[in-house]
Formats: sequence, C-alpha cells, structure tokens
Amino acid sequence: MTLSLFVTKNAFRNRLRSGLTILSVAFSLLLLTLMMTVWRSFYLDKGSDESAQRLLTRHKVSLANFLPGFYRERIRSVPGVVHVVPYSWFGGKYKDEKPENFFAQFGTDPAEFLKIYQDYKLTPEEANNWVRDRAGAIADEHLAKKLGWKVGDKITINGTIYPVNLELTIRGLFKPVTINDTLFFNSAYVEEAVPWFKGRAGTFVILADSPQHVSTVASAVDDTFRNSPVPTKTESEKAFLLGFISMLGNVKAFILFICGAVVFAILLVSANTMAMSIRERTREVAVLKTLGFTRKAILGLFVGEAVALAIIGGLLGSMGATGLVSLISSMGGMFASLQVNGPTMAVAMVVACLVGFLSAFVPSYHASQMDIVDGLRHIG
Amino acid sequence: MAIPISYNVRNLRLRKGLTLMTALGIALTVATAVFLMSLVAGLDRAFATTGDSHNVVVLRKGSDAELTGGFPLDTLQTLRSLAGVARNAKGEPLASGELVTIIVLPRRDGTGEVNVTVRGTKAIGIALRPNIKLSEGRWFQPGQREVVVSKSIHARFAQSNVGDTMRFGKGFWTVVGVFDSGGSAYDSEIWGDVNQMATDFDRTGGVSSAYLRAEDTGTATALAKQVSDDQRLKLDGVIETDYYAKQTRSGNTIKVVGYVVGFIMAIGSLFAAMNMMYATVAYRAREIATLRILGFSRPSILVSFVLESMLVSLLGALCGIVLMLPFNGVQTGTSNQVTFSEVVFSLRITPAVAMWAIVIGVLVGFFGGLLPAWRAARLEILAALRG
Repeated sequence: MTLSLFVTKNAFRNRLRSGLTILSVAFSLLLLTLMMTVWRSFYLDKGSDESAQRLLTRHKVSLANFLPGFYRERIRSVPGVVHVVPYSWFGGKYKDEKPENFFAQFGTDPAEFLKIYQDYKLTPEEANNWVRDRAGAIADEHLAKKLGWKVGDKITINGTIYPVNLELTIRGLFKPVTINDTLFFNSAYVEEAVPWFKGRAGTFVILADSPQHVSTVASAVDDTFRNSPVPTKTESEKAFLLGFISMLGNVKAFILFICGAVVFAILLVSANTMAMSIRERTREVAVLKTLGFTRKAILGLFVGEAVALAIIGGLLGSMGATGLVSLISSMGGMFASLQVNGPTMAVAMVVACLVGFLSAFVPSYHASQMDIVDGLRHIG
Repeated sequence: MAIPISYNVRNLRLRKGLTLMTALGIALTVATAVFLMSLVAGLDRAFATTGDSHNVVVLRKGSDAELTGGFPLDTLQTLRSLAGVARNAKGEPLASGELVTIIVLPRRDGTGEVNVTVRGTKAIGIALRPNIKLSEGRWFQPGQREVVVSKSIHARFAQSNVGDTMRFGKGFWTVVGVFDSGGSAYDSEIWGDVNQMATDFDRTGGVSSAYLRAEDTGTATALAKQVSDDQRLKLDGVIETDYYAKQTRSGNTIKVVGYVVGFIMAIGSLFAAMNMMYATVAYRAREIATLRILGFSRPSILVSFVLESMLVSLLGALCGIVLMLPFNGVQTGTSNQVTFSEVVFSLRITPAVAMWAIVIGVLVGFFGGLLPAWRAARLEILAALRG
C-alpha cells in the first residue's frame, strides 16, 4: 500500500463527512472565484485590442454637459487621432419604464462610427443601409433577440432628456465581442428635431493610431481645449468604464471584505473537520508510530489528507464558478465580458491548498507529537 | 416528553472547540449578510426619508429625473400662480424653480473623482424644506458665488470646509456653510444661488425642476394632478416623497449581489453545520441510545438535536451581528442610477437587519441539523449501545 493510497483511503473512510467538507469548501471557493473574476475584469483586464485604441472625450464638468460639435474637427487635427465621432447618450424610453425594456441608446455619425467599431461585424449591406437612412438604427443582436426586433422593424424611443420621440428603423444587427445591449442611431436626427441640440454632442469617441499613443492623444486633446469655456476630459475607454464602476461605491473594499470572510469561513470549516477526524484516530496514530512511522511521516499523512479534500473542493468550486459566470455573461449587461480564466482558477486552487495545509497543521502536529502509550490508552 | 434544553447547552459547552469553530463559521456568513443588508437599509433610508408630502416636484413631461428635465422660466410663472400653492408671511408663493446639474469632485481620501449633484435654489427653496437645518456657517447670499454643502459632502470630499473654495462651472465658489438633512438624499448635494448657477452652466432662461409647497397633503395631491393634467404646461407633478422613493432602485445592484453572495455563503455554512452535527451524533450514539431506553421518544430526540444545531447557529448569528456593529453608521457612497451622481449613505444595522441576520443563521442551523437529527432519532438502540 503506497502512502498516497493510504491518504486517499483515509480521506474517504467517513464519506459523509468528507463529502460535506468538500461541498462546503466548494461553495466558498465558488464565491471566491466569482469575486476574483469580477475583480480581474474590472481592474486587471486591458480589454480588446480595438478597445485599447479608443478614447472618450467629455465635458470636464460632467457627463450632463454637452460639447460643441465643432470640437470634432479640432480633435481630428490632433496628432495620433485617426477617427472621431460624436457619441451622445439619448436616454430614451422604449415602450414603458420596465427595467427589461431599458437599454442604452447613442446618437452618432454612422459612416465614421463603422470605421471605429470594425469589431461590430455588420454585413456591408446592413452598413450601407444604415448610413443611407437618417432614421436608421443598428442594435446589438443580443438586445434585438431579447426585445424581438428584426432588421426592417420600426421602433419608437421616447425622449426624456430631449423633447423628441425617435421613430427608427432597424437597419442592422451587430455582434460585438462583449454583449453591450446598445442601440446606435444617427445623431443628425436629434439635431434636426431639437433646436438647442443642433451643433452639439454629448461625448466624442476617438480612435488613436496605436494603443501606445492613447495617453499622449488624451493629454493633447485636453490641452487643445484647456483654456476655453468648455474644457474637456479625455480618457481611455477602459478608464472611463472604471470611472463608472468606482461610482458604484467602494467596490474594491466590498470585494475584499467578501473574499476575506469566505477564506476565513473555509479555514474554519476545514480545520473543524480535520480536528474531528484526527481526534478520532488518536489510537491509530499510536499504532502507526509503533510500526515505525516517523513524526514527519504522520504529519505528512494528515496534512496530505486535508490538502486533498480542499483541492477536490476547490476544483468543484472553480468549475461551478466557470459555469455560473458563463450563465451570467450570457445574460449581458455590465457583466457580459466576465470569464473565469486559468490564472484565477490557479489562485483559487492555491488558496484551497493553503487552507487545507493550515487547517490540518495544528491538529496533525499535536497528533504526531503524542506519546504512544497515551495514544493507545485514548478512548475515542 | 421533551428533552430539556439544558441538556443541549451542556453538550455544547462540553465540546467548546467544535461548537465555537462551527459558530464562528456561521458568524462569518451572517456578518457578510449583515454587511450587505445594512448597505441596502442605509440606501433605502436615504431615499425613503427624503421629501415632504406637502411638496410637489414638477418636471418636464416624459422625464423622470431633475437632471434630465428642464422647462422655460415663463412656465414657472404659471406654476407660481396656481391655486393651492402655499404662501409665506410676506404673501410670496412657496414655489422654487431649481437648477440641478452634476459636477466632478475629488474624494477626500484620494480614491478618485465622483459625480456630485449641485442644486441652484433660493431662500424660498430652503424655506419649503423645513427638515433641512444649517449645522455650520450660514446660507448662501443671492447673487454671490457661494455654496452650502451637505454634511456628508463635507466629510467625504476635499475642499468642502467652511471658508474653502471649490472650482466648478466658470470659476471658484466659496463654501459658506454646512447643512444637515438627516440622512436623506439631499445629504449628497451642494446648494448655491440659482441665478448664479444658471449663468455658470449656461442655463439662463430655464430651470430643471420646480418645487411647490401646498398647505396640506390633500392639496398637494390635487396640485400634482392639476399640473400633470394641464395640457398647456407639458409638465408632470409628483409628490416629493414619491419622487425620491422611486430612486431607491439605485440599490438594486447591491441587492442582487447581496442575495447571490449571501445565498452561496449560507449553503457553504449549511454543509459545515451539518458536518458538525453528524459528528456530534456519531460521538453520542451511546448517549442517544440511553436516552431512548430512558423513554424519550424518537420525535423528542429529533427535536432536541435540531434545537442544538439551531442554538449553535444562533450563537453564530449573534457573533456575526456583534462583529459588524462597529461598522454601523460608516458612511459610503454609490451612484444614483437616476441622477448618475453619488448618493451618500451610511451602513445601518437596523433592528430589521439584525432580525433577518438571526433568521438566516437559525435557518442554516435548522436545515443543517435536520438530517443529522433524523439519523440520531432512527438509531438502532442495541447497535448503538454496543458501538
């Protein structure tokens, strides 16, 4: 009988207990993997290659203030800028106020927009139809499916910020890398219908010539308008999104709090199991010692058992998290780009190993130090 | 006959280590649940306590927030002369046209910039919100570049002490006072003179919203209806309390995250509690058999073990609540999904939150104890005595 077989046999001699411990560890590590995945996608991911080249310019005071439309040509002349389009939040209502009918709508310039967002994969025909129809719109395929739209359908979006109801025809459905549930239309429509919006834009999206030039382009654009009545703030697309996340509150502290609680909880659960299981086997330890097993070997046996249980729990947990995350991301919205990756799972497994090790160390150490005679006399 | 509960208590004390570890595991779950629930409770309070049922908020038809509303000043004149609007001692109607926008301010602790709501109003506007008290300094003067900040803004943002200057709009503004609205949504705002703000934000000739005060709540309801029904105005009147209550949906993200996290953690600790109870039952097999011989029935053993499990988890729940008590009242902020600006609120461990925490803990104990107790109750007496 090899040592590893011995460990495995011991780990499963009380199947119920081992099973419950594994499940408990699995659920905790599922949560931990989930939290780490959210953290990674918010703070560590760089986004797609095309996204890394995009910037967003807005009014320095706030998103609620408009930028003058002529800024577009001024921005275009900044070195490193390839394309620039208006990108104006419409904030309209579709049908009613139900949350499932809420989605983002942006006014833009279709022709140049399609040059910036080449990852949207519209067919040339769809693209052409959208550019030609001033009252045309394109929508995320996922959103269209949810609300039952087809190409050619007519929809009405009621304005809340702008006193106009847009009557749009769906001209194309795009398939972005990450679902964004957004509708884009020609901002000229709003400019014609709302006199005070003529020659204005909410924000501008810029495509830089390379990801390396993004920060120099950002400061060059802001320098252009620094002393004007309407100063700007330009950030990379990722930094802008991060700004929105930071508005949700102290997300970092929030995630850390939950992760900390989870890790301590599994440590307790696992330590509890090992303490129970080792105490039950006091007499066996004495027998092992009599047979000539060293203290180190005994320590290794128990620690190995705990680590094995924790790893199984960890594997189940991170697999569960992978399933859950793909379910969440298929629903779209803010978490559409979530995905559990290898390193995250690896970190979860390392945490599991550490927890197993720490939880077993103290009781196993006591067991290994025990006097043989006391151990044999022990009544379970 | 039921087994006395002191039997369970003594057993738990006998195996202190096991009991404490299991209880602490449940305590961590409960602490997380308390944390999430107190966030939601604080947020709910911020919106639920905002507003006065005597006041009517008037917005442009179709718009559901002040930030996205807006109508011309001459419409405001019509509103001022409506019947039902209360008047002050001087005979002026208690109606205030207000300008609302958002600005970006750096946080005091240097963790980035946040959108903050700025409200332009007048003395009348302050008068029609009697719940708002000045806690430091004085109110702003008309025509001056002066602002009064709320207590939370004062605590959380840089350059917001009395005497400081902040830069937004077209220049610098002096902070002349701090107001306290008792934890309502106004606690996340900065107030200044409406005309001065209109010039700074290029919004002269219009207002974002209007606030009308009625003599009593009945008149207020009628006034709101009158405004909404008037075809010429193209406006919507909403009772102020209803307007803010609708914004509580800003807490939805936290709520959903809270449910998911709380649920997963509760299941994790359910298994842990089950584990402990199975071990307890295994240890005490002979004891249980003895109890049976003494004449305690199967149901009474089942009840006794479930109770024991619930006792442990109750202890855990109490520990969890105590662990979180120091966080009661800690201020935090989230983004208001209607106004896109930061709403400041405090974590509130209300009696309801504590009660729910105990319910969660006890439920974990109940379900965790049920199967092991079932096993205890069905133990074969002879086999157990021999074992």
